[in-house]
Amino acid sequence: MSLPSGPTTAATTATTGRRAWLTAEAPRSRLQARCVQAYHAWRGFAGNTLAMIGLVIVVVLIAVAALAPVLAPYSPIDQDLTLRLNAPSAAHLLGTDELGRDILSRLIYGARITLYIVVLVAVTAAPLGLFMGTVAGYFGGWIDPILMRVTDIFLAFPRLILALAFVAALGPGIENAVLAIALTAWPPYARIARAETLTIRKSEFLAAIRLAGASPARIIWGHVVPLCSASLIIRVTLDMAGIILTAAGLGFLGLGAQPPLPEWGAMISSGRKFLIDFWWVATMPGLAIFIVSLGFNLLGDGLRDLLDPKHAS
Amino acid sequence: MTAPLLTVEDLEVRFHTRSRVVEAVRGIGFSVGREKLGIVGESGSGKSVTGRSILRLVPPPGEVRAKRLDFDGLDLMAIDERAMRKVRGRRISMVMQDPKFSLNPVMRVGQQIAEAYRVHVDVSPAEARRRALAMLEAVRIRDPERVYAAYPNEVSGGMGQRVMIAMMLIPEPDLLIADEPTSALDVTVQMQVLAILDDLVSERGMGLIFISHDLNLVASFCDRVLIMYAGRVVETCLAAELHQASHPYTRGLLAALPRIDGDGRDLRTLDRDPAWADPLSVG
Amino acid sequence: MATTASIRSGKARATGAASLLSRRFSASAKWVLTLGVTFFGLLMVTFLIGRVMPIDPVLAVVGDRASNEVYEAARIKLGLDQPLYKQFAIYVGNVVEGDFGKSLLTAKPVIDDIRRVFPATLELATVATLLGVLFGVPMGVLAAVNQDRWQDQSIRVLGLFGYSMPVFWLGLMGLLVFYGKLGWVAGPGRIDIFYDGLVEPVTGIILLDSAMAGDWDVFLSAIDHLILPSTVLGYYSLAYISRMTRSFMLEQLRQEYITTARVKGLSEARVIWRHALGNVLVPLITVIALSYANLLEGSVLTETVFAWPGLGQYITISLLSADMNAVIGGTVVVGAVFVGLNLLSDLLYRLVDPRAR
Repeated sequence: MSLPSGPTTAATTATTGRRAWLTAEAPRSRLQARCVQAYHAWRGFAGNTLAMIGLVIVVVLIAVAALAPVLAPYSPIDQDLTLRLNAPSAAHLLGTDELGRDILSRLIYGARITLYIVVLVAVTAAPLGLFMGTVAGYFGGWIDPILMRVTDIFLAFPRLILALAFVAALGPGIENAVLAIALTAWPPYARIARAETLTIRKSEFLAAIRLAGASPARIIWGHVVPLCSASLIIRVTLDMAGIILTAAGLGFLGLGAQPPLPEWGAMISSGRKFLIDFWWVATMPGLAIFIVSLGFNLLGDGLRDLLDPKHAS
Repeated sequence: MTAPLLTVEDLEVRFHTRSRVVEAVRGIGFSVGREKLGIVGESGSGKSVTGRSILRLVPPPGEVRAKRLDFDGLDLMAIDERAMRKVRGRRISMVMQDPKFSLNPVMRVGQQIAEAYRVHVDVSPAEARRRALAMLEAVRIRDPERVYAAYPNEVSGGMGQRVMIAMMLIPEPDLLIADEPTSALDVTVQMQVLAILDDLVSERGMGLIFISHDLNLVASFCDRVLIMYAGRVVETCLAAELHQASHPYTRGLLAALPRIDGDGRDLRTLDRDPAWADPLSVG
Repeated sequence: MATTASIRSGKARATGAASLLSRRFSASAKWVLTLGVTFFGLLMVTFLIGRVMPIDPVLAVVGDRASNEVYEAARIKLGLDQPLYKQFAIYVGNVVEGDFGKSLLTAKPVIDDIRRVFPATLELATVATLLGVLFGVPMGVLAAVNQDRWQDQSIRVLGLFGYSMPVFWLGLMGLLVFYGKLGWVAGPGRIDIFYDGLVEPVTGIILLDSAMAGDWDVFLSAIDHLILPSTVLGYYSLAYISRMTRSFMLEQLRQEYITTARVKGLSEARVIWRHALGNVLVPLITVIALSYANLLEGSVLTETVFAWPGLGQYITISLLSADMNAVIGGTVVVGAVFVGLNLLSDLLYRLVDPRAR
């Protein structure tokens, strides 16, 4: 972990209180050492304005999704045909759609769907990639080339098209969409995991643990995985924007969450018919997707600058 | 010493990074005429930066200041960038350390040499080619046509460095700065390249600033020697009189050189005295 | 003695040449093998996708009122009574011959449909990539040369937006503003209905066909329709290409040979555009190929928005009609081109870099 540049001199002159404890040059306990590291990392991160904006956006997304019932002024699925296609107003901040539903409320509840998809894909693809990569890297031999071929094959596939075909076969729905996206999202994680595993495998430290009798599973889980986690987290965060966009694309084509669920991509699709005269129906969900993707991209870039300075732009 | 070509007085080079200011060169001064001047120092002594600052090629965040930086009547600190470009290559040139990195990998070697000529003299491509081939012969490359058409990765280290010399001498500059020109080469090749450099510089009556960390090499090759430490010049003398050097750093360097007729005792390691970094430069 | 030595050295030279040749050969053989294996994997995945359908493909053909005998006959005819690996072998054999079966919607062989619609996608992707390169490369250079100043910041932000915007939404916004409100460009579709079919489809690319026929009304109408979708797609290409160009450029500007060029007295413009950019182009070719591949993939969504009659729209429409033959066929073709471009970019890199020869 590299210390951030910046006015560290100011921080180190604090002599009393929490600040002093957090910036101590000679920490006196393991806990304090960890806190000092975390504090410095945070200071470095906080100095990066764009990354902070990304963090704020992501936090807001999570908060909105969690507090949806509290925040949404109306129900996302109740129709009121007398209020069809109303322009944004005081009563309906973002207007109403073709079935009289409040768009703002639908966007708020849609945040839940977005978050659900993103988390599900991450939770499916990352462990799968981690598993494939660590097994390939650890056992080597003939397992490694075969697994890597498989990884390369999936890496070369066009994500959206394959997800399309997959969902076409299995039928539309959130879970199928998630599975389809996850199937093409795991290869990069496998690559990272394998690279880290290979570096560990060659170290003497590994020989020492094995002599002490650790099983491969314990070695992989206890040692390799923690070392991979930084790169993986960065990669997953950076991929999130792409996953959101792919999921929105599937939703746009009618293959994701089914109506009346307020999935943002599907909302754009239904707003398409009224684009010219009632522009807000299609525009608002798109803005939401844009802002959220932007947030993840900024956050991911910031994390990468912080944790992996070699690749900092 | 002949009439000076280059006069440097109180040269300072600072690098402004985010956390602090690094003083790479702290007020040095010297003159070079049509002679061979060696600048010796360890890594971080500021010798390479000195070479680059003469050509005003110190990249930001570097800042160069000098009381005097005169070359043949030109005030190098005052002239604008356009005028400086006319000086670079045509009046002062620089040979760099490793041809693996200092040559453009996707451009044929001959083209790079010809370009060095055409940027200063308006000639046809055919004429530039002719001159480049002649230059390749002057650096004793036996098959100039083949080398002309080759890419940098297709030539050996020694040949690449000779190409570099050809490229830097083709516009016929008055002063050549050689920044560790043989450090990346095998020992056997080093001697050949140095011999070529020696001949060409003498033939053309050029001045040479030879920057190196190798005291022995510089002592045998140059007329005068400048020893740099921590951004200052600590000693300056004739190469022939080096063994009479007085500064403790120089004496330490001399003592650390293994000698074939030495008595076999352990070599003395250098005891660095922080005081060496303090006094003003000599010379 | 001298003769033995020369024979031995001659042999050494011969084996040296042979090993060089075998290394070169094995490098390209490896590439072909990778291409083959990846394509094979693609076929396997698409085959499995085709087989996991909950819809019974036999019923789709015979209808749900057919008798048992008709059902069985159709089942045998479709080869569904064979073990899975044999079915796969038949599938692969068919694909290699270009037989994807018949489309349910058009009742024509899928391969003919694909041949009909593919040029439209090609036209769009090519123009978009050209725009991306034309604007993206200079912008990347500008950003690198002015690192951290306003030019760099604004170009990076522009690129970042490109990575965060859904392409179909941007297309809709473009239609809204430039077609709906301003009326500067034509609406969805590839050409005005008035001109449709007027020009003989020689290449399938209307721009080229109409130019060759000298039919300038058609040509102008085609451009009018092409400009918005290609600009929207081109923006994505631009975002990616400018970011990579910037990154490569920054790396090159740090190299020693750049200092050499400056020492020679070259103008800064020449240093950047002749020396640095020359080295940037090597990895950039790969990036451009990858960008093209990505655009082909994004065409699925863009074509839907702009009612562009290309392969993307073909797949989407077939999808919504559960026309699995067409979906699989389209997927395999797009997948194959995508995979091919990915691997081609690898090959291109080795061709263009003199150090790799």
